[in-house]
Amino acid sequence: MRSVKWRPYLFVAPAIIVFLVFFIQPIFYMIYLSFHDWNFISPDKTFVGLGNFKELLSDPMFLEVIRNTLMYTFFTVLFSISIALLMSIWLNKQGWMYSFVQGAVFSPHIISLVSIAMLWMWIMDADYGLLNWVLSLVGLEKVPWLTDPNTALSSLIIIAVWKNIGYFTLIIIAGLQSIPKHLYEAAALDRTPPWRRFAKITFPMLSPSLFFLTIIGILDSIKVFETISIITKGGPLNSTNTLVYYIYENGFIFFKIGYASAAGVILLVILSILTLLYFKVLSKRVHYQ
Amino acid sequence: MKTSLPLKVLNVVGLIIMVAIFAMPFIWMISTSLKTLGETMVFPPKWIPDELIWENFVSAWNSGPFLQYFINSVLVSVGILIFQFITVIPAAYAFARYEFRFKNMLFSLVMVTMMIPAQLIFLPVFLNLSDWGLLDTLWGLILPFATSAFGIFMLRQTFKQVPEELLEAARLDNSTDFKIMMKIMVPMAKPTLITLGLFNFITHWNDYFWPLVMTTSEKARTLPVGIAQLRQVDGGVAWNILMAGNVILVIPILIIFFFAQRHIIRAFTYTGVK
Repeated sequence: MRSVKWRPYLFVAPAIIVFLVFFIQPIFYMIYLSFHDWNFISPDKTFVGLGNFKELLSDPMFLEVIRNTLMYTFFTVLFSISIALLMSIWLNKQGWMYSFVQGAVFSPHIISLVSIAMLWMWIMDADYGLLNWVLSLVGLEKVPWLTDPNTALSSLIIIAVWKNIGYFTLIIIAGLQSIPKHLYEAAALDRTPPWRRFAKITFPMLSPSLFFLTIIGILDSIKVFETISIITKGGPLNSTNTLVYYIYENGFIFFKIGYASAAGVILLVILSILTLLYFKVLSKRVHYQ
Repeated sequence: MKTSLPLKVLNVVGLIIMVAIFAMPFIWMISTSLKTLGETMVFPPKWIPDELIWENFVSAWNSGPFLQYFINSVLVSVGILIFQFITVIPAAYAFARYEFRFKNMLFSLVMVTMMIPAQLIFLPVFLNLSDWGLLDTLWGLILPFATSAFGIFMLRQTFKQVPEELLEAARLDNSTDFKIMMKIMVPMAKPTLITLGLFNFITHWNDYFWPLVMTTSEKARTLPVGIAQLRQVDGGVAWNILMAGNVILVIPILIIFFFAQRHIIRAFTYTGVK
């Protein structure tokens, strides 16, 4: 290729500089801070070694935060994928009716989480909310969705699943459409029953899409912040406090920079493991044929 | 294979319920935004208000410096868009079409960055911005997103598909690399650029987390942050005003979605279907 040697470097430089300044350096800065005690105002950062981590892991509140985050992530991903799987099989058809429904189901995905949070706060209002009205139609008692420590986290999971499903459904539909038709034709000739067709063809052929969604779903749920910040502020009784909100609270409200950074490092470790797993499987991306 | 009539009806009923679950909340939002405060507090709830209270939108708009928020939102979303095109196009071009030392290493860096969410690095970035005097400015909301790893990744794929003969022909005409990029590559990548543009515009228009964390006063706050603060006006919740504010936030996006549904769905599902 004819070109001046330095030209490609010039072309990638602006992007690389932004990445280094705003993404890579902060990671190292955060790791550095996690070994220090600092309140943001005082000029001194005191080195405390692993002190912040010890404090974190012995703090029952932090352990509760981790538990909440894992519960939220696990159930959000589980329900999003299983419901989306059923819906995608239903909606994977041609025609205006199906593309309209697909569009409607997808629409929450592009709406600001601020609006989604406020809308659901209103829908889940214990006294005048829509959801309790729907329950009353089928003769059920009112549920104090977001204000009871026993139901608040589940309520946030419902909201997340509602937002995710459209996106998940469209990804699975794309996966379904890429399955070669001849596999089903062969199965039809063999008179394979539908559930066996699903277990032996559809599900294995979908597994790359489902794996992708599992990882994306976990990455997305584990960093949940908006709904918590707007709706529950971690409460009631810490029942919805999750990792990112905890970092935010400690860093921005209590000014415990080192402590918050240590919690950030724990998030970094979790994300790194997931990312490695993701790229590892992506690079050998087995197609089951 | 013919489906029997009852099954067909059942199918349509199922589809209607599905649409209701996902679209009804938005209709409920609009309905609430047009009610009086009293009407929001009745059980069972009313779907259609007795009288349409358009003043709710005025009240919501006037309950804070919403013109400022709106202008900030536009400046941030459009600013990010412009910066990203300036940084993403040449980088994607270099990664797609050049061989150079450290190319693989630098591209790995791009891929790694793609996996770093704002929620992980906001605290150190906040401290940096504060050192540089960029806290509570629009620059603090724009510069960290002045490029996009996802954009570079996606555009590189598109640039790779441009046939080499086209470039050869241009080189025979003595076009410079920059000209080749702008006159041949960019026009051919138009659909990808539209997709990317829509994705970024919607993402940053909607973003709440970053502007919340990086601003300390009203002068740099964006619409989502302003809307989220509506609630803190007084003790009780004025759901009608709140929903009116959210309608203002949501309607532009729903209108764009209505007209560019295919593009938007492609934009948001790109990584998944690839």
